[in-house]
Amino acid sequence: MLLGPGVVWYLGIAAFLFATGAFGVLVRRNPLIVLLSLEIMLNGANLALIAFSRHAGNGAGQIFALSVMAVAAAEVCVGLGLVVAIHRRRLALDVDALSELRG
Amino acid sequence: MLAITAGGVVVWAVWVIAGFACLASGLAVVSFTNPFYSALALIGNLGSLAVLYLLLSAEFVAAAQVLVYAGAVMVMFLFVTAYVGPRHEPPWAGGPSWKTLAAVLAAGAIFVEIIVAIGLTAGGRLRTSPEVGSVFGSPAWIGRLFLTDHLLAFEITSIVLLVAAIGGVILGSHTRRAVRGEMG
Repeated sequence: MLLGPGVVWYLGIAAFLFATGAFGVLVRRNPLIVLLSLEIMLNGANLALIAFSRHAGNGAGQIFALSVMAVAAAEVCVGLGLVVAIHRRRLALDVDALSELRG
Repeated sequence: MLAITAGGVVVWAVWVIAGFACLASGLAVVSFTNPFYSALALIGNLGSLAVLYLLLSAEFVAAAQVLVYAGAVMVMFLFVTAYVGPRHEPPWAGGPSWKTLAAVLAAGAIFVEIIVAIGLTAGGRLRTSPEVGSVFGSPAWIGRLFLTDHLLAFEITSIVLLVAAIGGVILGSHTRRAVRGEMG
């Protein structure tokens, strides 16, 4: 038996986190905060994976969550590299202004 | 029976506190104007998520969450935020625009869709979860899974991290050369 709240409650929190992160990605213009909101979305997905892993009594969900963590670290590495590159060129840190990929 | 009930109450209390902290810090990340405070709120979010992972008997993932995410990744975030410098960008500058409204609608639609999907497909089956042994979620168990059933995912993860590290180095060195070229 799972003590305390059932898996559905964890899934509710995961859904709310994912929606919050999606809202942040859509509405914020600072690339740093867009990256942070992406992290919230990834963490919501991680919580759902781990809740289902506990529900099924199967380890694949936890393995998947650890892989998501590694991919998030890689994403932050490249994203922060881009932010530093943008800052070095003295461009505005605004994702609306950075709509083209020309150097 | 009484002991089980008391344990259930404690777990409920911890769940309510951690869940509330999780939701509140998530909203704080999105709505703070200063990225530095947003990053600090995300550290709180990751910590409360680690508590929820512990309640779901995923001990190793909780430890990795605190060490890797709240430790390494967020320190990098805070360094870059400090390097870029403080800049205040109010999230809802100039009143509610149609963009903000559309974002609220889209996020609300995602939330409602997920809740409806959970409620429709697995409302009854998700009520009880089976018993798991004490080995569930322990580091030795995760390690054995990674080196037997999920070996390919383990190896691919290492390649992804290597490529990301190379990409970070190339991004840094390339812009340094370009900036020097513009100056000279």
